[in-house]
Amino acid sequence: MTRRTTIAVALDGAGWHPAAWRDPSARPAELFSPDYWIDLARTAERAGVDLLTIEDALGLQSSAFGTTDDRTDEVRGRLDALLIASLIAPTTSRIGLVPTVTTTHTEPFHVATGLQTLDFASRGRAGWRVQVSGAAHEARHFGRRTFAPLDLEAVRRGDSALLRELFDEARDVVEVVRRLWDGWEDDAIIRDAATARFVDRDKLHYADFEGAQFSVKGPSITPRSPQGQPLVTALAHQTIPYELAATSADLVFVTPHDDGQASSILGEVRAAESRVGREGRPLSVLADIVVLLEATPSLATAALERLDAEHGAPATSDALIFAGTPEALVERIDAWTDLGYDGVRLRPARLTRDLEQVAEWVLPAFDRADAPGTTLRERLGFERPANRYTVEETAA
Amino acid sequence: MTTTPRQVHLAAHFPGVNNTTVWNDPLQRSQIDFAAFEHFARTAERGRFDYLFLAEGLRLREHKGLIHDLDVVGRPNTLAVLAALAAVTRHIGLVGTLSATFNEPYELARQLATLDHLSNGRAGWNVVTSSDAFHGANFRRGGFLDHGDRYTRASEFVSLAKELWDSWSPDAVVADRASGRFLAEEAVTPFSHRGPQFDVDGRFNVPRSPQGYPVIVQAGDSADGRDFAAEHAEVIFSRHSVFDEAQQFYRDVKGRLAGRGRTEDSLKILPAVTFALGDTDDEAAERARADALAQVGPKTAITVLEQVWGVDLSDRDPDGPLPEFDPDPEASITKGWAPRFPNAVKVAQAWRAQSEAEGLSIRELVITVAGRQSFIGTPSGVAAEIDRYVQERATDGFVIVGTTSPHGLDEFVERVIPELQERGVYRSEYEEGATLRRTLGLPEPTEVAEEVRRVG
Repeated sequence: MTRRTTIAVALDGAGWHPAAWRDPSARPAELFSPDYWIDLARTAERAGVDLLTIEDALGLQSSAFGTTDDRTDEVRGRLDALLIASLIAPTTSRIGLVPTVTTTHTEPFHVATGLQTLDFASRGRAGWRVQVSGAAHEARHFGRRTFAPLDLEAVRRGDSALLRELFDEARDVVEVVRRLWDGWEDDAIIRDAATARFVDRDKLHYADFEGAQFSVKGPSITPRSPQGQPLVTALAHQTIPYELAATSADLVFVTPHDDGQASSILGEVRAAESRVGREGRPLSVLADIVVLLEATPSLATAALERLDAEHGAPATSDALIFAGTPEALVERIDAWTDLGYDGVRLRPARLTRDLEQVAEWVLPAFDRADAPGTTLRERLGFERPANRYTVEETAA
Repeated sequence: MTTTPRQVHLAAHFPGVNNTTVWNDPLQRSQIDFAAFEHFARTAERGRFDYLFLAEGLRLREHKGLIHDLDVVGRPNTLAVLAALAAVTRHIGLVGTLSATFNEPYELARQLATLDHLSNGRAGWNVVTSSDAFHGANFRRGGFLDHGDRYTRASEFVSLAKELWDSWSPDAVVADRASGRFLAEEAVTPFSHRGPQFDVDGRFNVPRSPQGYPVIVQAGDSADGRDFAAEHAEVIFSRHSVFDEAQQFYRDVKGRLAGRGRTEDSLKILPAVTFALGDTDDEAAERARADALAQVGPKTAITVLEQVWGVDLSDRDPDGPLPEFDPDPEASITKGWAPRFPNAVKVAQAWRAQSEAEGLSIRELVITVAGRQSFIGTPSGVAAEIDRYVQERATDGFVIVGTTSPHGLDEFVERVIPELQERGVYRSEYEEGATLRRTLGLPEPTEVAEEVRRVG
């Protein structure tokens, strides 16, 4: 039996190419309007895309990693991703909604209830892309912590002390958020007229988390949501984030540029899982690909060159930039799923054109009829997890 | 000469996590499933309400060291549910309570600007402050804020948020393909703020939203609270619903506006009210009585008493007399409620005197002082009363609080709203494309700034 290939699509601004907003298909004046996001989500849902991710950050976009620029020729400004996902939720019925929510400067308590509420509003289709913020200028927006400018060499080597601190904090945030999600047992609300009790307080549980950066008492103000635990995801490029994913996430996005890297990265993810002693279901692993699709290879190349010319330089990305035909992309996806990947996250170079191309030409190559259930977890083959506190009681 | 009567403004309060909400009523459904919020929002929009309102939860309440279990409990994240409701409504304002203590200006300002974009200009923010360590235990900041600094922080927070919202020029996004210019030159002004509460700088990352910034709502009642309101608030969510008190409050607060260069119309005062309707006054009175009995059950009566006395009174008979001793003013056995009875000894003495004079048991006394419905009568009688408050400048309208979720508003919309429309004091249709600020008849922020400049 072949496994079902997971197809995710990553939404960000006008697309992942910095000049995407100048493409004739783009709607650059509408990037901050509700209809733009609802239209994209509906297009993806109709095509059978499994889940959408939405980018976010606590500062302006920049062409320079970890710092600011003054460019006015690229998209600048973005809306809060969790709220975009919340808006999309009632207008869709099957697609998973996975906003990026930063762990560094935000309140874990609000993060937990925000994602639970998204899970209620989407009737079980919420996920979370965990993201840290190491940029000194973003820390200045909050004024509580001072970060030195990122030491890019140390980040590349994987031994940046700041990176370690941020990912340790992210691990703590996910831990406390997961505890808050389980803070209400599923049958905590009893409405027992005989004893005049609305809720059984024995089925409510304090998180009682104390970490290096924060502590949270709990319980959540929000009852356990339809999925119990919304799907936790992370984008990872190296050891520290691989280990965060292995410790804390259900699904990881990685960025191989060729078949060789695809194999080695998968190996690193599995190695990270054993190092941290991950139990239960292994991580789902999706490969990120920036996609620009046209009917022939030369048309695709020409389209990319046109965008690059408008941008003033060839676009660069942490992920593979694939400019080619839908057929060639499908072959690439098949090759990587054969290696053991669960699927891909496609980053359309041009929204809306490449999302439409993906919908029309790529998705039909994969069997979409067999998506089980109505929640995101069910769709990706995850169980609804038992409540940790209920389990403890049963075991006791 | 005829003049247009003053128009009534109404907000719809999603039933709260307190004993006003009668969870064992046959009409009560889930208070947390999205369907409840959707029904409530659609009903309020059908009733042409100015806005719907959601309170915020920061921690589950505790009584005598345990999570309080008698009232409805469990609610959503305010911002997320409002953003979802933006997708299923077109006209109604979306207003939520959000703490200025347990949020940071940059993040909250961008979330509110996002909500305003996603709702095409229908966002509002009820600014609240809290300072106690009980709520703080769920947040990074903990509970360090001094009680007296609450409005200092709120005021600095709102001023900073406004600076962020104003930092993008209205026409910043050019998105001109031909010239390759996405942002206009100098479109985003860097901000830099150094104050007792916040020391931040940088650049905001959300373009100016349709309203510029959300409608600012405020509920505080102290002198500091009223000054804050005169400075920043565009709507006051007031607790003064008894006519004479309401009129006095209205005069006091509106009287503070002129000194700040603001007009009477630039601030709306909307007290929270409950209602009980009937075909006759007698029937309405019966329903009000039944609601009160459901809201103040025997255990709830004792809980309210314990909140005042500060000690365990579970051995008392709710149908018996009040305790003969005075409360210990230092004792407190309840956490997470807004302080309802600040001077416990005085409250207790007054209650005891009333209970002795009128022969009221504990439960009857609690119903009398804390459980009464505001408007009791026929639909036309209630509409007439609402109209009287507004014409005689006791309020600009009301925040309507139903007793069940999500159907508690249905009857008001079906029976009272047509009466108000009939009287010519309430809209029959929304103005197409109107922002919340316009629906409320409030001046645009730029006009406010102009006004202040002219005076200053």
